[in-house]
Amino acid sequence: MSRQYILRRLLVAIPSLLGISVVLFCVLALAPGDPFSELAANPAIPPEVAASLRAKFGLDDPVWMRYLHWISAMAHGDWGFSFASRINVDTLILQRLPTTLIVIGAAQLLAIIVALPVGVLAGTRPYSIFDQIANTLAFIGFSLPTFFTGLLLIMLFSVKLDWLPMVYNADLSSTGWAWWWEQFKQSIMPITVLGLFQGASLVRYVRSAVLDVVRLDYVTTARSKGIGERKVIIRHVVRTALIPVVTLVALQMPIVFGGALVTEQIFRVPGIGSLLISAMLANDTPVVMAVTFVFACLVVLFNLIADILYGWLDPRISYR
Amino acid sequence: MNERDLRGLIANVKAGRLSRRGFVRRMVAVGLTAPMATQLLAISGVAMAQSKSTYKPTKRGGGGLLKVLWWQGPTLLNPHFAVGTKDQDAARLFYEPLANWDADGNMKPMLAESIPGLEDGTLAKDGMSVVWKLKKNVKWHDGKPFTADDVVFNWEYAKDPATAAVTVANYKDIVVEKVDDYSIRIKFDKPTPFWANAFVGTQGMIIPKHLYADYSGAKSREAPANLKPVGTGPYMFKDFKPGDMVSGTINTNYHMDNRPYFDAIEMKGGGDAVSAARAVLQTGEYDFAWNMQVEDDILLRLEKGGKGHAVISPGGNIEHIQVNFTDPWTEVDGERASLKTKHPILSDPLVRQALNLLVDRASVEKFIYGRTGNATANFVNNPEKFRSKNTKFEFNVDKAAELLEKAGWKKGGDGIREKDGKKLKFVYQTSINQPRQKTQAIIKQACQKAGIDIEVKAVTASVFFSSDVANPDTYPHFYCDLQMYTTTMTQPDPELFMNQFCSWEASSKANKWQGRNITRWQSKEYDDNYKSGQNELDPVKRAAIFIKANDLVIQDQVVIPVVARPGVAALSNKLKANMSGWDNNTWDIQDWYKEG
Repeated sequence: MSRQYILRRLLVAIPSLLGISVVLFCVLALAPGDPFSELAANPAIPPEVAASLRAKFGLDDPVWMRYLHWISAMAHGDWGFSFASRINVDTLILQRLPTTLIVIGAAQLLAIIVALPVGVLAGTRPYSIFDQIANTLAFIGFSLPTFFTGLLLIMLFSVKLDWLPMVYNADLSSTGWAWWWEQFKQSIMPITVLGLFQGASLVRYVRSAVLDVVRLDYVTTARSKGIGERKVIIRHVVRTALIPVVTLVALQMPIVFGGALVTEQIFRVPGIGSLLISAMLANDTPVVMAVTFVFACLVVLFNLIADILYGWLDPRISYR
Repeated sequence: MNERDLRGLIANVKAGRLSRRGFVRRMVAVGLTAPMATQLLAISGVAMAQSKSTYKPTKRGGGGLLKVLWWQGPTLLNPHFAVGTKDQDAARLFYEPLANWDADGNMKPMLAESIPGLEDGTLAKDGMSVVWKLKKNVKWHDGKPFTADDVVFNWEYAKDPATAAVTVANYKDIVVEKVDDYSIRIKFDKPTPFWANAFVGTQGMIIPKHLYADYSGAKSREAPANLKPVGTGPYMFKDFKPGDMVSGTINTNYHMDNRPYFDAIEMKGGGDAVSAARAVLQTGEYDFAWNMQVEDDILLRLEKGGKGHAVISPGGNIEHIQVNFTDPWTEVDGERASLKTKHPILSDPLVRQALNLLVDRASVEKFIYGRTGNATANFVNNPEKFRSKNTKFEFNVDKAAELLEKAGWKKGGDGIREKDGKKLKFVYQTSINQPRQKTQAIIKQACQKAGIDIEVKAVTASVFFSSDVANPDTYPHFYCDLQMYTTTMTQPDPELFMNQFCSWEASSKANKWQGRNITRWQSKEYDDNYKSGQNELDPVKRAAIFIKANDLVIQDQVVIPVVARPGVAALSNKLKANMSGWDNNTWDIQDWYKEG
């Protein structure tokens, strides 16, 4: 593992990010729709208003020129402003970021916390009753889409039992303990829905990784040395088995930023996912561009981190 | 209804033989808006009624937090940029116009001390000017006094094309001058019977001069106050996250006594209409939800929860079918549906009449829209109470078949009619939206019985309603035989609304499909009638002209109205709020309160 390697990877990332941005920009420019269609459909608003806004926001320029404007502004740290709200895009994203990190981050954490022990236990005792139950639940978990489980929880806990609120409010007006309590109550459902959905597939990965390792000779050696089963599993099995899992989790990290479109929509969580979807519906190109581009950057970055982690966890793999 | 009838009715109101409300309803039924009807009365010397206040609380504040849900979150808070109702409704929490329109089309003064009228001379007899007197005790949220300078500034700000204000149409042809610190005069360039477009209603909210003076014209986007409104309204700005949340706290210096009732307000955005209805009607988490585009069946079921109810307010939205008068299947000079062509089948009035008979409005209302869509034969709003008297709509397959027979369309072997070897077939498009697809199915079925083959087409809403010049599937291109959508009459004066049938407005390649006449109907009679309306000084004659315009369109079956779509809101049973189909949802937000 050398500094040179990291530097090289970062340099290689630049053309691929540029390529991604070109493709994104072209797709958005070619997609049907118009940010000012609402203006055009309203007879009370003269067509000149939409025309002057188009000119003002540079929408009448050819696509390549708009792209060059965008990329040069981006290089200067200017993300542009939203056509819909006329607010700077970085402000919009920063407004949504805390909620996204709290809700989606907590869901990821929940997924890992649940999936690791369950997966390891299931993997070390394959085909036991525990394994069968864990497997069945995992299959149910990742075959039920989040919009279904989300609605199910709402019907049960909000409508029938009236325990939990169905609308997530990022600006709770209460303070102190009341705030924590309300925050807790409104977070339970979205975090559970997302966390269990992701945890379910993670359980399967952990289980199969553990299954692969547990049969290896060195584990048998460790056992024959008389080390306790507990130690064998934690020290010897899990450590090796986690290598692919860590990679997987690292690659999933950008998703935390991207938010969860469906879950955010159901619970009205004002995360980046709901920002993205409303920007897409409004043809708000600068916002869509910025969010997807940041997402692309994160994917590239976490790919690199995963590779580095891989080498660090398993020194046999080395990069030059 | 002609000019003489109208004058007779107005005389009846003056003499007390006809109630104001009765007059307004009659006008609405023949195609005018309620605000225009009350303007007719005002200019004929019948003073505008003060809308009665039902506000009960006897002190300001103490009502706790008001939680309202707009399933499309507001994105703009500057009322001069606010395009959709979601933005206007949100801006209205903080900003106020001089007056608002109530459900009966009466004006209710907000920042104005009184409504201009002929009696006190504030309304000029020749219709050339109007004087508004302003309240003297109004302060902006930052403590600065509200004066005539602010009102004059709003005119300067909005009329500047560089500002790109969506309100420009209301301000570009008038001159506003300060009379004294608390009154302004609006001068018109021609006699204007409808004098209340500027500073009134949805587009009339007033922004403070002292915060916007430096950000007029090209710099309009940069004004810090765009994001942190400082208005005169009942609530003061607290926080704004576009698309998610607008919140405000009580304005303790509000200019109306004992108002507002609530200590704070939260307007939450996002999600979808059904779950918004659920949050008000079923779980009671929220007090109010906007624009319930939800099937009536679902609303009824949710209302059984007993926590809230739906409130229906008639306005000017009509779901209608447009008939293409040009040939969408032949290309001339690089465009289909060119004005140089004539629709081979639909240009025959008999076929259009038959189509009109094949739209089963009663079933569409009964099985699809319920309370949220009333069958109508008029292209104009039409309150339920007057429907039976004034409109005739009929669903009659046999009669339609007879008409088609008369037009020379004979049934072929497959049950589809033919003429000169050509099949009677139409392509009928609309946007993707469940009630619309159901309506298409009902009409297709009836047409099939009469021997018309209908090919239904559904286009994604974001494409259908866009003004994309390159996309042939948008509604202004209208590259098919029939299409259906809801048209909105947002402004109280119908002049702009009715220009969508003028020949010169035809949507074509030459005007990049920005013309408002989508059907491309050409009628000299309509054009002449419209032009005479534009230059008509006498408001009564002008009203008669607009009624005739509506008749011409309906008689020639240029469009086939299906259902009128009133505004639907969900209210908690405790919340008392008045809705108006002629103004914003939040038009009297200062009067909202809770009981019980």
